[in-house]
Amino acid sequence: MPGNQPMRGRIRAAPEHHQALPVSEAPEYRLAAPTSAARREFLRGVARSVALAGSAAIAAGAAPRAAAAELANDLPPNVPGWSKALGAPILASPYGVPSPFTANVKRRESPGLTRTPYSSVAFTPLQNLFGIITPSGLHFERHHAGVPDVDPALHRLMIHGLVRNPRIYTMDDLMRFPSVSRIHFIECGANTGMEWGNVAVPTVQYTHGMLSCSEWTGVLLSTLLDEAGIDAKTGRFVLAEGADGAGLTRTIPIAMAQDDVMVCYAQNGEMLRPEQGFPLRLLVPGVQGVSSVKWLRRIKVGDQPWNTREEALHYIDLMPGGVHRQYTWIQEAKSVITSPSGGQVVQDRGFHEITGLAWSGRGKVARVDVSTDGGSRWRTARLQEPVLTKSLTRFRIDWTWGGEPALLQSRVMDDTGYVQPAIQQLREVRGRRSIYHNNAIQTWQVDPSGNVSNVQVG
Amino acid sequence: MSRWAELARLGVAAMLAGAAITAWTAPLKYGFGQPATPAQVAGWDIDVRPDGAGLPEGRGSVSSGQAIYDRKCASCHGTFGESNTNLQIAGGVGTLGSDQPLRTTGSKLNFATTLWDYINRAMPFEAPKSLTPDEVYALTAYVLNLNDILPADAVLDQHSLPLVKMPNRDGFTTAHGFMRRDGKPDTHNVACMNQCVAGVRVISRLPDYALDPYGDLALQTRALAAAPSQPVANAGASLARASGCTACHGVTEKLVGPAFREVAAKYAGNDGAEPRLVAKVREGGSGAWGSVPMPAQAQLTDANAHALVQWILAGAK
Repeated sequence: MPGNQPMRGRIRAAPEHHQALPVSEAPEYRLAAPTSAARREFLRGVARSVALAGSAAIAAGAAPRAAAAELANDLPPNVPGWSKALGAPILASPYGVPSPFTANVKRRESPGLTRTPYSSVAFTPLQNLFGIITPSGLHFERHHAGVPDVDPALHRLMIHGLVRNPRIYTMDDLMRFPSVSRIHFIECGANTGMEWGNVAVPTVQYTHGMLSCSEWTGVLLSTLLDEAGIDAKTGRFVLAEGADGAGLTRTIPIAMAQDDVMVCYAQNGEMLRPEQGFPLRLLVPGVQGVSSVKWLRRIKVGDQPWNTREEALHYIDLMPGGVHRQYTWIQEAKSVITSPSGGQVVQDRGFHEITGLAWSGRGKVARVDVSTDGGSRWRTARLQEPVLTKSLTRFRIDWTWGGEPALLQSRVMDDTGYVQPAIQQLREVRGRRSIYHNNAIQTWQVDPSGNVSNVQVG
Repeated sequence: MSRWAELARLGVAAMLAGAAITAWTAPLKYGFGQPATPAQVAGWDIDVRPDGAGLPEGRGSVSSGQAIYDRKCASCHGTFGESNTNLQIAGGVGTLGSDQPLRTTGSKLNFATTLWDYINRAMPFEAPKSLTPDEVYALTAYVLNLNDILPADAVLDQHSLPLVKMPNRDGFTTAHGFMRRDGKPDTHNVACMNQCVAGVRVISRLPDYALDPYGDLALQTRALAAAPSQPVANAGASLARASGCTACHGVTEKLVGPAFREVAAKYAGNDGAEPRLVAKVREGGSGAWGSVPMPAQAQLTDANAHALVQWILAGAK
C-alpha cells in the first residue's frame, strides 16, 4: 500500500476469527425457524446468500463477479439478509458453541512431534486469543495415556502417608470445604522446547502454545493437609497421583503444598473439562504443568522425593556434559508477542498495536519492554490490569510500521527483578540439548512485504 | 424387625462407631469424608521409592520376562528394546554428554525401582495395571538384561531390585535454582533500553520445506485471501482417528499394525477386498501382517466400517 496513506494500519483486515463457510456448513438455525413452508424456502435462500457472501468476502479479489455482486447485497447502503430475517431461537444450542465462522480457531498438534495421539500434545492458538483467559475448550492438552472417562460419583481422593487421619473423599465431600477461585497459568515444562537447537516451528501456537490461563476453583491443598494432620517433623514432600491409565505421579515439596497449591474441580466457572482432569485435578501455580496432576486420586505425604518416571526419565533437564537436573519445578519469567507473530501478514504501513502475554512462576509481571529492531532499542509496554501472581498478563504497545524490515521482541521483568534472557544467554549455561524450561526472548521477523516469520538472533 | 435382627443392627452400628472413633486420632475441623481404611489404602498405595519402599513381594527371571515382553511389549518397543516409536528402552549408555545423546531408559534412568513402578502402574500402554507383581519383576529383569545391566540368568525380587546400580545412577543433580520460588536463576540479563546490542544477526530461520507439514498458515492466523475450499478436510482421517484406528496404524508408517497405505497396496485391484476387510475390522484377526493380533472393533457401525475401509483402500488420503 502506498506510503502516503493516512496513519492507519491493519494486519489482514478480517482476522482468523472470520472464516468463510461453504453453504452446507451455514448455521443450521437459519433452516430451522418454525415457519410455514414458503417462509422456510425464503429463509433457505437467505442462508445461501449469506453463506455465499461470506465466501466471497474471504475470496476477495479472486471472487467471481456473481459472488461479488451478492456480497454487495449485504453491504451498506443495502441491508444485509440477517437484518431481514428471524434469527435462531433460544436453545438452538443448549450449551453454546462458537460461531461457525470461527472454525479455524482451534487446538492443533505439531506435525511429527509425537508418535501416538494418546500420549501427545494439542497446542493453544495463542495468536487467536484476547485478554488473559484461555477459553476452556482451547486450553492446551497434554495426556500420558489418553483422557479417561471418570464417573464423578465414583471418583475418590485418598490422603494418606505421614498423616494422623488418612481420609477418603467423594466429590461431594470436597465441594463442602471452604473454596477459593484464583487465576493462574499452566505452562508445560517443555513449552518452546523444540527451539533449543534452532528455529523449528512456524507460529506462536507451536512455539508457545503449551500455555493456558484459567480461573480455577477448588479447595486449597493446605486445608486438606491440615484436616489430615500431617506429621510436621517428617512430612517433607507429597506425592500426587492421577486416576488415568498412566497413573501419573509427581513429587511436590511440602512448602509449596502448604502454600498455594489447589485441589480444583472447576475452571472458568464450570466443572473441569475432561481434558483438564474432570472431575478433580491438582493445580501447582507457577510450576511446570506436569505437576498439576489431572484426574487426581491420591495425595501421599512422605519424607523423601519419589523419583517417579516423570521425574527420572522425562521432565529432567539435560545439561552440557551429560548431567540431568532433576526436580526443576519453577517456570521462570517469560513473554511472547502474539500479534504480529509467525505466519501473520502485516498488510498496511501505519499504526499497529503490538500485543502479547507475559508471566512468571516466581510472582507477578513487573514490566514488559518491546523492541522492533532485534533488541537494540526497547520501549516499555502498557500492562493490562489485573496483573496477578503466577497468571498471564496482557501487554500492548503502539507501533508505526513504515515498511522497513523489523525484528519484534518482548522482554519481561518479574517482581523478583529477574529479566527474561536472550536465547544465547540461556545456551551459554544450558547448552542446546535440553528439552525443558526454554524461557528465551522470542523474535518475529517482519519482512518488507509484511510477512512475519520465526527467527532467532544472536 | 425381629428382636435378634434389631440387636444385630445395634451391634454393627456400635462396631462402626468404634472404628470411626479409633481412626480419629486427631481432631478434625470439618469431618467431611471418611477414614481411609487400611484395605482401601493397600489397594491404591502402589508407589515405589528408590530405597525399595512400596515394593510388594514377588520374583521374576530374565527368561520369564522375555516371554512376557515378546508377547506384550515388543510390538511397540522392538524385539531388543531398540524401537524409537516410543521412548527407546535400551542402548545409549555413556552418550548423554556427547553431541548426539541417545536418550533411552537404560542410558538415562538412575534407579531401577522407577522402572518397576512405571511398568506396574502404566504398562502395557493399552492395558495398564494388568500385570502381576511377578510379571513386573520379570519384565524389569528383562529390560535390565537388554541393557547389559543384569545377566541372562538373573532373578529379581523385592530385596534385590533396589540394589541394582544403573549406569546413570550419579548423572542427576538438584543443585539448581528451580526447586524454590526464591531459587537463584541461571541468567542475569539486564533491562537495557538503548544501544543494547550492535550488529543484530539472524542466526536461525525455518526453511520453506519445513513449513509443508503445517498446512496453510493463513488459515491458522490471518486469512482474508484464502477461503477454505474443503473445510471438512478429510472425513476418512477424522473417522480413523475418532475410532481409535490410529493408535496402532499409521498412514505411511508401520506402527503396531500395518500402515493404511500398505493395506491399500496389498489389496489394490482386489474386488472382494472391501467386504473382507470390513469383516476383519469388525471381528479382529491376526496372521496377515504378523503375529500381533488386531482386536475386534465391534463398536463400529456398519456404515462407518465401510467408510473406513473405502478410505483406506483409496490410499488413506
